[in-house]
Amino acid sequence: MSNQAHSSSETPLLDELLKGRWPSFVKEMKEMADTKPMVRDVLRQLEKSYVDKKTHWKHGGIVGVKGYGGGIIGRYSDSPDEFPGAAHFHTVRVNQPAGWFYSSQALRDLCDIFEKYGSGLTNMHGSTGDIILLGTTTDELEPIFSALTEKGWDLGGSGSALRTPSCCVGPARCEWAMFDCLDLCHDITHHYQDEIHRPAFPYKFKIKVSGCPNDCVSAIARADFSVIGTWKDHIQVNQAAMQEYVAKGRNPIKDAVLLCPTKAIDWDGKEIKIDNENCVRCMQCINAYPKALKPGKERGATILIGAKAPIVQGALFSSVLVPFMELEKPYDDLKELLEKLWDVWDDHGENKERIGELVERMGKGEFLERIGIKPDIQMVIHPRENPYVFYDEYYEEVDEK
Amino acid sequence: MNVRKTDIGCPDYKQFLPPMILKNYGQWDWHEVIKPGVFVHQAESGDRLYTVRVGSPRLLNVKSLRFFTDVADKYCDGFLRFTSRSNVEFMTPVFENIDPMIAMLQSEGWPVGGTANSASNVIHTQGWVHCHTSATDASGLVKCVMDDLYDDFTNHSLPGRMKLAVACCLNMCGAVHASDIAILGIHRRPPKVDPHNLANYCEVPTTIAACPTGAIRADILDGQKTLKINESQCMYCGACYTACPKLPIADSVNDGLSIWVGGKCANARSTPRFTKMVVPFIPNNPPRWPEVVEAVRTIVDVYKAHGKPWERLADMIDRIGWARFFKLTGFEFTKYHIDDYKLATKSYNASTHLRF
Repeated sequence: MSNQAHSSSETPLLDELLKGRWPSFVKEMKEMADTKPMVRDVLRQLEKSYVDKKTHWKHGGIVGVKGYGGGIIGRYSDSPDEFPGAAHFHTVRVNQPAGWFYSSQALRDLCDIFEKYGSGLTNMHGSTGDIILLGTTTDELEPIFSALTEKGWDLGGSGSALRTPSCCVGPARCEWAMFDCLDLCHDITHHYQDEIHRPAFPYKFKIKVSGCPNDCVSAIARADFSVIGTWKDHIQVNQAAMQEYVAKGRNPIKDAVLLCPTKAIDWDGKEIKIDNENCVRCMQCINAYPKALKPGKERGATILIGAKAPIVQGALFSSVLVPFMELEKPYDDLKELLEKLWDVWDDHGENKERIGELVERMGKGEFLERIGIKPDIQMVIHPRENPYVFYDEYYEEVDEK
Repeated sequence: MNVRKTDIGCPDYKQFLPPMILKNYGQWDWHEVIKPGVFVHQAESGDRLYTVRVGSPRLLNVKSLRFFTDVADKYCDGFLRFTSRSNVEFMTPVFENIDPMIAMLQSEGWPVGGTANSASNVIHTQGWVHCHTSATDASGLVKCVMDDLYDDFTNHSLPGRMKLAVACCLNMCGAVHASDIAILGIHRRPPKVDPHNLANYCEVPTTIAACPTGAIRADILDGQKTLKINESQCMYCGACYTACPKLPIADSVNDGLSIWVGGKCANARSTPRFTKMVVPFIPNNPPRWPEVVEAVRTIVDVYKAHGKPWERLADMIDRIGWARFFKLTGFEFTKYHIDDYKLATKSYNASTHLRF
């Protein structure tokens, strides 16, 4: 770096974060600052935040590309005179390929585009899954969009829209994928392009797809609509493989029997026995012994809805809506369910009300009735504990004759 | 507009799958972790695929990404992937490629690890690098915490998996509400209303509806519509500032962090659960946030000393109880730890099950 000495003196606090063993984001930024005045000013502004202990980005910012209502997060410096390069520093969300797989050529194309039209800084990836191109100006948004679409990339979601769906690595490299998570994620993304690009919902809506209950994309915590793979029949047991594990010193009592949440698995020193009717498919025994224990063959997914962060009414996990659904292309059952949910949410959701909060306000029973799904004991941890019941049915006096 | 391409969606992932994955797609038999950061997947066909996982600061420049593509070209048939925790994975069918590939990555400072019972990468947010509502910086905190946990990333040194998260405000973008250890940026003073022209910048009813505790009322000042905050009802969540730029809340002196533990998403053993607060406030202390690093280290050390194999932090605390967890960590328990929102009484101990 030719101007190392110069830039060091500009950011003494951030320079402390060049030290240490974990890869440094300051190094990533400094390397771009050499050629991008924009990044140098953003670094100087960040240094000021480290001194002042507060952000120096102005509130909000509404920018975008023609034809879309989302995909770009506008950002402006609150001190543009002091940091002219940081005056505009918008983020472009680019829809990642399912499972975050790339060819090096595709990744180089993205690098070339963003080095030409923006800061050359990225987030790989945003929490929802998008490729984040971190920092460009309003004038460059249309040119970036053209260059991206030319190479086969489209924008992801933002605002009160369907956000970019994401999925775990699935059948591409996991023996526990209960359905084709990548295909489902890809299919939904393409089927609902309009819902992603043109916000039409009361608030944001996220879909995440995990191949098994290990939930490697945290669908249950981070998606309004959580698709989590499961199976209906028996765990497949290979007793010989289990004995090999034991011969190598593993202890099924410690790694499975004592940890089973429903005491459904047993080991008598020779054989694994599983009470599959009482198994809740938590994955612990399978996680511990992947060569000996495998999920069943009757496969599909549990659909759960409503997860969200605290604002406004408190954080929620998704809860069971459909205990088991088979997932075969073209996923008509799943799409029908999604569209039914969106209809009810459109009709009844208030401004900025996540679907989980609508279910809370409306009551899950009432919500189920409106989307046409029968109540199922698996939807609750336990039946209600209070007697404050709204009854639909009652007798008029005349009925008693 | 005629030539403008829209609604093309994401590219087809199939073109980005390594040849061995295409061949064995959906036909994997088992996997095994060979050593920290390296695992093998065997297909029913007998094919074996080796994966090397590398830690990343998530904020990456094009130079680093191009270096990754060089590694992928040299050892991985020109393919690579990223994980849901922002790590990078390099996959090869050739066992002999593993060590030279690791050497190439390590020569540029990229750490190999993040598998099994290690502390994996920290899910985090934008902080002062890009966000307007942040109460702290995310990238800086992550760098400081991971410098300290480096050996726990590159080794299988913990009883079970440990997932960390940072969010720079309680919008909690990411996974703070469901991680083993989470660091959350918080405010401690109500927003300051800038009443001048407020109604021209903000939708008054939307802003009122944004408040979880009903602390905001419409008001009239000098004949103009504005907002008024009942400060005794405000718990500084900042949701109203998200809705209205005339309610700035950032405060150099009072902003800082809280620390939360015991969340999880996986269903293995116990059900998914939310994180719970263990340290209500630590002041922002950039660039190294030593008090935060120390608190995280304390939690990790207690987990290492008292967790049993496979137990996540949540499972360990289920077993030993919160009273003992506070005793072991030495964290002070205060009135701020006791829930007082909506279903708060569900968290009270209505039993004589106590640990003295």
